[in-house]
Amino acid sequence: MPRYFTDEHEWIDVEDDIATVGITDYAQEQLGDIVFVELPAIGTMLDKGGDAAVVESVKAASDVYAPITGEVAEGNGMLEDDPALVNSSPEEDGWFFRMTVSDKAELEGLMDEAAYKEFVAGL
Amino acid sequence: MRYLPLTDTDRADMLAKCGADSIDDLFVDVPAVAQLDGPIRDLPMHASEMIVERHMKALAGKNLTAENTPFFLGAGAYRHHIPASVDTVIQRGEFLTAYTPYQPEIAQGTLQMLFEFQTQVARLYGCAVANASLYDGSTACWEAVAMATRVTKRNRAVLSGALHPHYAEVVKTMAQFTGDEIADSAPAIQTEPDLEGLTSRIDENTACVVVQYPDILGRISDLSEVADAAHEKGALLVVVNTEPVALGAIKSPGEMGADIVVGEGQALGVGLQFGGPYLGLFAVRDAKHVRQMPGRLCGETTDAEGKRGFVLTLSTREQHIRREKATSNICTNSGLCALAFTTHMTLLGEKGLRQLAAENHRLACLAADRLEKVPGVKLLNNAFFNEFTLMLDGKPAREIVRDLTERGVLGGVSLGRLYPGVEALEHALLVAVTETTTVEDIEVLATELEAVIASDAAHSTAQMEPAQ
Repeated sequence: MPRYFTDEHEWIDVEDDIATVGITDYAQEQLGDIVFVELPAIGTMLDKGGDAAVVESVKAASDVYAPITGEVAEGNGMLEDDPALVNSSPEEDGWFFRMTVSDKAELEGLMDEAAYKEFVAGL
Repeated sequence: MRYLPLTDTDRADMLAKCGADSIDDLFVDVPAVAQLDGPIRDLPMHASEMIVERHMKALAGKNLTAENTPFFLGAGAYRHHIPASVDTVIQRGEFLTAYTPYQPEIAQGTLQMLFEFQTQVARLYGCAVANASLYDGSTACWEAVAMATRVTKRNRAVLSGALHPHYAEVVKTMAQFTGDEIADSAPAIQTEPDLEGLTSRIDENTACVVVQYPDILGRISDLSEVADAAHEKGALLVVVNTEPVALGAIKSPGEMGADIVVGEGQALGVGLQFGGPYLGLFAVRDAKHVRQMPGRLCGETTDAEGKRGFVLTLSTREQHIRREKATSNICTNSGLCALAFTTHMTLLGEKGLRQLAAENHRLACLAADRLEKVPGVKLLNNAFFNEFTLMLDGKPAREIVRDLTERGVLGGVSLGRLYPGVEALEHALLVAVTETTTVEDIEVLATELEAVIASDAAHSTAQMEPAQ
């Protein structure tokens, strides 16, 4: 299963035309203790680069952007009761939402793990 | 006396910068009749401080003020007795800053007060959470509409016709910039508000329906059905209250299913103050909406030594962090007015508030009964708290109010003043009665009102008779 990364520090797993989206370990570390995650409603149409979710830490509230275009299929209900999952397991259990992939070509513009590591190292 | 160190050059530079030719240009929005057309009459160009003060005080003495006149004005601002202890308490050093604290933890007294203020407002409104106040009732009303559009992701607000017209104006003004659709109307003169008509205007794109309680005509009705109708369509019910003392006597909006409750807090602790500064109250019934609330929130916590302390909480939603995506571009609050409100409320206690409300209602009933006996006067309301609507025979109520003023009585607020040009409303007069109203005041109003209406009737009859 290929994993992609964006320069907004989101990761995307794509499986059977459904993408799972979350924020990276680097992102959660920068944000600090996460206290709230606002997820998009199921059925919301997201445009690549548009606002998708809001992640709120004790320091700041930040937007999570849609890495690709598609429709929201599912939100991670576990984050409602336990937003700290984003800190403890950012790239596994702390995923944010799942969405359809409208245009697979959009994935080609994203980074793979090696490229993202290099990108973060350069920050 | 202030020392104003501006030179003529400073003034000319500032005017040039903002593109005005003269200082008078800055006052073009003030109607010409209200502008001073020359030097202050009889005041010499050079005079001692004492002479100037004496002259200005004599001029000020021509005002008819709420303090020294039978006074029945309300319509959103109410004269109540404020205990002298309120003023003493709000000046204590524990309240380090009356302004919203930007280094909050140092101002524990202010934070504790805000925490208690929020508790009082939430309980008064029947809500789970209240914020640390907003500027005034009308801006709080707009913030409620804006919040409803965020929660529902819809962009249409239905305003009850019996919402204070100034509040409706503020909402419409703000909506010009957000593109939200505002559906409003003027009130119909009838004994009961048209709640069915209101609910029929709620559609699938409606974010909220906004209802005032008691309404602009002083009417009181159970809003539970409006709440149900709104919820059925996925919309929120916003209830606006302009007289918090009323909630010491009638059911709270939260109990009737209101989702957002906002209002004006001026009646408790603040005073009339020529119209401001006032105090916006804002609360939500369900704590799940707390992150969409505008403004500041104070929370209770324990410090490193385990002691009780207070903090500003959820600040991440505010504009200094979230910038243009903040829940509101107002992060400040009416700190000093909130302090006065809470001090007054604390001195009253729940029992005191209920007694105060009962006394307001008792005197308002006395006044309504007495005024209804005046020939040419009819009482519109079936139910009211401390303010009711009278229908007057003869000339428009606005003119009758002016005639009463000539006779030294501030008799009420005419609907003609609130809704200029709406003929159907021009014979209606709002009369507010509080614990500060005496039985003598009521008698003076009744007598003078009778005289004004009778002289108008006599005048009309005389005009209709052919000249001899």
